[in-house]
Amino acid sequence: MNALRTMNHDRRNQILTALAIVLVAVLLVIANMTLSKYHLRLLNLGGIYVILSLSMILINGFVGLFSLGHAGFMAIGAYTCALLTMEPAEKAVNFYLKPIVPWLGEMHMGFLPAMLIGGILAAIIGFLIGWPVLRLNDDYLAIATLGFAEIIRIVLTNLQTITNGSLGLKGLPKMEIDVFGLLPESMHGILVLNLSACIWIAVIITILFFVRLIRGSYGKAFKAIREDEIAAEAMGIDVFHHKLLAFVIASFFAGIGGALLGNIMQTIDPLMFRFLMTYNVVLIVVIGGIGSLTGGVLAAIIVTIFMELLRFLDASWMLGPVQVPGTAGVRMVVFSIILMVMVIFKPQGIMGRREFSWDWFLSIPTQIKEFSLNRSKKEASADSKKGCE
Amino acid sequence: MTLSAFMQNVANAVSLGSLYALLAIGYTMVYGILRLINFAHGEIFMLGAYFAFYAVSVFLLPWYIAFPMAILITAIFGVLLERVAYKPLRNAPRIAIMMSAIGASYLIQNVGILVFGGVPVSFPNIPIFSQVCKVGGISIARVSFVIPVVTLIALAVLFYIINKTKVGTAMRAVSKDYEAARLMGIDVNTIITFTFGIGSVMAAIGAILWGMKYPSLIPTLGLMPGLKCFIAAVVGGIGDVRGAVIGGFIIGILEIMIVAFFPDLSGYRDAFAFVLLIVILLVKPTGLMGKSAIEKV
Repeated sequence: MNALRTMNHDRRNQILTALAIVLVAVLLVIANMTLSKYHLRLLNLGGIYVILSLSMILINGFVGLFSLGHAGFMAIGAYTCALLTMEPAEKAVNFYLKPIVPWLGEMHMGFLPAMLIGGILAAIIGFLIGWPVLRLNDDYLAIATLGFAEIIRIVLTNLQTITNGSLGLKGLPKMEIDVFGLLPESMHGILVLNLSACIWIAVIITILFFVRLIRGSYGKAFKAIREDEIAAEAMGIDVFHHKLLAFVIASFFAGIGGALLGNIMQTIDPLMFRFLMTYNVVLIVVIGGIGSLTGGVLAAIIVTIFMELLRFLDASWMLGPVQVPGTAGVRMVVFSIILMVMVIFKPQGIMGRREFSWDWFLSIPTQIKEFSLNRSKKEASADSKKGCE
Repeated sequence: MTLSAFMQNVANAVSLGSLYALLAIGYTMVYGILRLINFAHGEIFMLGAYFAFYAVSVFLLPWYIAFPMAILITAIFGVLLERVAYKPLRNAPRIAIMMSAIGASYLIQNVGILVFGGVPVSFPNIPIFSQVCKVGGISIARVSFVIPVVTLIALAVLFYIINKTKVGTAMRAVSKDYEAARLMGIDVNTIITFTFGIGSVMAAIGAILWGMKYPSLIPTLGLMPGLKCFIAAVVGGIGDVRGAVIGGFIIGILEIMIVAFFPDLSGYRDAFAFVLLIVILLVKPTGLMGKSAIEKV
């Protein structure tokens, strides 16, 4: 501990971050070996929601633009990645109504490049959409982005020869074995870069990227725009440029999140990417606190776990000897109520605008000490007062 | 296209336009007063349709009792929505209010799925409205005439309330300047309640007519019309009731006519409204009837 204190402040934080990442990695490897398939899937889903919520927090929390277009960008990422990774034979099976366009039917590549292409394509579409709509403000922007997401979904539904339309795509390949194609065959059983590993590597990279971005000069500019656009402009920040940049970055990560989501679902269809999908992400962001990356990460994991834990609400249950039949939908009602209560009574979410920092983390022992010290002091003074009386 | 098919399309376009207009009014009135997109307005519309369905098909009331009752109950829900979801957040940041609106919409939808069931139900068939009549050799369902006529009556009443009554004057005052209206002694909360009530009544009338025209009801019924009608309100110039009516008709007519003339585009039907929105926002962000406001520092 003392060695840590004397060290250069930045250097110390870097080391601590590296240690934390190693710790997370070890925990994930352990989780990978011990957890059941179902729990592992849950963990992965949590990871994906971390990526999605961070990308939404960037645009809604830090730049203060209300964008509701996430589902559209996710759809682009998911479809691109799925179409690029599926085997040509698998595609032929899927496209039974109308055959797929030949150039796409024969294209096939590994998961990693496909995912990145998905993200980049989402970013390009984000740029094209952002260029006109980011001139709008507040509610108009919300509706326009929502509209574009809906247009993307409708286009995907109608491009029968490219996306298989409303039939969707089934049997997406699992990226179980090493995605990079680097590991020797003998390693596969031990250090498998399987789905969870891929997802969590992406999650950690995403978190690090966003932390750097927000702490850097761009982050400061974003916050300035959020607080007062006109003042920010007067200070020499190119408001439109920054908004567009944030929107493109958010679209990219939404695309990546969509690609990963499609992969763990193994089936995608346009109905998956309705407004409801954006809504789930909004829910996480609100619970975490709009304007806190830490809150986004925490909320993504908490909400995913909660969503599963509350599944019992939909199932049938025993009231003494009587079996009460389960009603599908109770879970979603409970969840909507939680959201409403949260928004009305604690609109700042769990974290508000506070962030996790090592300084705070390291000061916990001192804080506890001070807390107990104060308490004993108070008790002592109370005792002495009693004594006086 | 034959003349009869064309007339059929015109009738459909006018009906759909009327329905959108009725729904768009609720959005524009609430936005005018609270500067809030009432995302849950589409769900109020859905409730209206279901209440009418229950009154007629389950409680077996005759339609002339059932429909007014359904409208009344819908209005109560509309007011309740404002009390629960928006009133506690009157002074909160706008993003929180918008979240609350989305949350309310989601909640009503999910409760709808729970209570009404996720399976589509069929809106009752009321003979006087559903009969097919022949006009000069073209057969058109009577409901296609009922919808525009009812809409016109509803609009006439609405414009009377807004322009001639004391409450209407107060509503216009609050929409012009919230703070000043309050200082002049207007009870803003009552006016807001009233606004939500009127908006919900219009939505309920629209919903019942919608049920007659498109009889399959599902709890997510309100989502798409809701979004489109908000767009209608924006296209017309948000805050302006006449604008909302015009916007509603534009979107309704556009939707039917584009599909009629270009059947290949029928799959993109739901996208037209959004395309129109984006065009309008880029060309004339204040909408057709809106006045531009100068942004002050």
